[in-house]
Amino acid sequence: MRRVRTELWLRRWLVGIVVCLGCLAAGSPANAADFDRQQSLALTGVEWPAPEEVWEVVALKNYNTRLVVLSTALLGVAAGLVGSFLLLRKRSLMGDALSHATLPGIGIAFAIGASLGGTGKSLPLLLAGATVSGVIGVLVMLAIRNSTRLRDDVAMGLVLSVFFGIGVAILGMVQTMPQASAAGLESFIYGKTASMVKSDFFFIASVAAVSALIAVVFFKEFTLLCFDDDYAASQGWPAFGLDLLLLGLVTAVTVIGLQAVGLILVIAFLITPPTAARFWTERLPKMMGISAFIGALSGWLGASLSALLPRLPAGAVIVLVAASLFVISMFFAPARGVIGRWLRHRRLRKKVNRQHLLRAAYELLEARTRQNGNGKREMPIINVPFSRADLQSKRTWSPRELARIVRSEIAMGHLEDAGEGRLRLSEEGFGEAARITRNHRLWEVYLVKHADIAPSHVDRDADMVEHILEADLVRRLEEELRDRDAWIPSPHLIQ
Amino acid sequence: MNELLKSMSPVGDAAGEDLSFHPPDVPLAIHDLTVAYHRKPVLWDVDLDIPEGKLVGIVGPNGAGKSTLIKACLDLVPKTSGEVGIYGKPYKNQRHLVGYVPQRESVDWDFPVSALDVVAMGTYRRLGWFRRVGKKEREAAMAALEQVGIGHLAHRQISQLSGGQQQRVFLARALAQDAKIYFMDEPFAAVDAATEEAIVKLLRSLNEQGKTCLVVHHDLATVSRYFDWLVLLNMRVVASGPTSELFTPENLEKTYGGQLSLLNDAAKALSHATR
Repeated sequence: MRRVRTELWLRRWLVGIVVCLGCLAAGSPANAADFDRQQSLALTGVEWPAPEEVWEVVALKNYNTRLVVLSTALLGVAAGLVGSFLLLRKRSLMGDALSHATLPGIGIAFAIGASLGGTGKSLPLLLAGATVSGVIGVLVMLAIRNSTRLRDDVAMGLVLSVFFGIGVAILGMVQTMPQASAAGLESFIYGKTASMVKSDFFFIASVAAVSALIAVVFFKEFTLLCFDDDYAASQGWPAFGLDLLLLGLVTAVTVIGLQAVGLILVIAFLITPPTAARFWTERLPKMMGISAFIGALSGWLGASLSALLPRLPAGAVIVLVAASLFVISMFFAPARGVIGRWLRHRRLRKKVNRQHLLRAAYELLEARTRQNGNGKREMPIINVPFSRADLQSKRTWSPRELARIVRSEIAMGHLEDAGEGRLRLSEEGFGEAARITRNHRLWEVYLVKHADIAPSHVDRDADMVEHILEADLVRRLEEELRDRDAWIPSPHLIQ
Repeated sequence: MNELLKSMSPVGDAAGEDLSFHPPDVPLAIHDLTVAYHRKPVLWDVDLDIPEGKLVGIVGPNGAGKSTLIKACLDLVPKTSGEVGIYGKPYKNQRHLVGYVPQRESVDWDFPVSALDVVAMGTYRRLGWFRRVGKKEREAAMAALEQVGIGHLAHRQISQLSGGQQQRVFLARALAQDAKIYFMDEPFAAVDAATEEAIVKLLRSLNEQGKTCLVVHHDLATVSRYFDWLVLLNMRVVASGPTSELFTPENLEKTYGGQLSLLNDAAKALSHATR
């Protein structure tokens, strides 16, 4: 099940990255001559901004950049918080459909504004149009889902592509309107950190702040909804109302993100920070904090970068920054990151190998003692040297593997060199081996007698968990064994 | 805004209307309940009275509507017709009396919360809007976890629990609600022996406290040991009564008889007629 999810995410990621690269390509110089010039410039380093210029932007010296960068960072906080719940509610695709469905509204709002005599490019007006058509898109999607038996993804795919298509057509039509120039409307598709007037900044910043605040205030309610909506409903929480509120927050963040990030990529801005944050923690409040931080950081860095590289679409730059943070999280986050998992797995494998080795040694000694004592069971086990070949015969180790495990056991002081190429358990190693073997057998008995797990599975399970058994349980098992007088010899005891 | 929130309040209105035909001392009374998904009926004319303080097993074949019965009682699926009374009143007025244990597979266990967090959800309704889980709620949740024997796992992320432990987390969440009647949807499904034992112990202790438990159950071999009251269900109630009287081969044949069962034949004929 988890693998399926991972694959889904992987696919979504690949698509995202391809889109980003596509945007970068689209934002590249239009004609070949230009491209050659830029490349040569890039090679000589002239195209790249000077360090002072970089500092000026990152440190927000310039008034206009300050507005743009701050608003994008705030947007990142809101997106990180709201996106966490969107992700956990498993509605990411719905957010995607919603953002694509905003395009017709932008075109229509512009046309209305222009025919009323203005330039049509008032940001609140355009965003109001975007909201209306985004909401209509979601409603259509819900209507398709509820009135037909089509699956969710089909409804979303339909709405996404049809609304986007309508939007592109409307944009094409308003270009021909005589009253006003519609140039620049396409920047809503890919995003642009255009110059921003103060009122726009306050508008975007306050919507972002309110959305973030609502996500935090409704933390308990949204958590319950995302984890178990049926239970929430059974407890009298208005699950549908909470869903609507969450959708409203997603709409708000999407709409104010349109200008900076663009409608194609705004969903990545909502989903990437929480996905990245999930690698760092197993606790929701922490995850949301980290998600907000990653959102803010990618908004900040992305907007600054795109101010420095005006040829690149801002949305792509911001999302690529977020994606880099995601990749870093995926690999290096200790809690769930790839490297952390790999290390833990390796440690477990080593531990299992070591336990196998000690148990093999102990069972060798046990068999030998028993041979000498004519099969009497109560003989104390005597610690005598044994050869590597004896150990080798106990398990399917390759000679190299065995050599490695033996080396590490010698280093740990469990094994000693007994001369003539033979090995011996040290005092400590002997105690450890006896403990592990006893534990292992108790567990085996438990599995066979108690939990109805097929005996063919016993060995592997036992070997994996014998160190996980709690002392209390071990004591109970021992008593049980004594009561029943049913000591079962290990299935792979020496013949 | 405040008015709106109050009207959506999970705490519910204690007054509420009385359902005249449902006596207030009966924990669960179902009258004439029919539930249909799309055009397919799942439950037909269910009439049921459950006496107080019983351990009730709801038994029937796959697709018999066992889960639907529970969900209909909790207003989670729309009722086509009929009424359900919890201690004489509709469920929406009696939420504080009812604990719910959904099926384990109904949620994503990779969710970033700990066992304690999930159990604390049982106290959310009492908390109401916006109030955060405090010391009192955490203590109640911890006590519930101890009661199902996994107090030591309280701070584990829920995906790191075994299936049986996850099931116990769900039971603990219902316990934290401190209800009088519990609805449990297949709590014994795919759990280990230790969990099965723990659940049985829990059911017994709830029973001793005079609480009523309705448990959807699959394993016919254990039915007569675990429950003192049975509801045999196959789209309609085949029989309901004390286990000792009901658990007969004839009744099981009627419930599980598959295609040959008279009941099924009658149901089919009826559905043809109505179409």
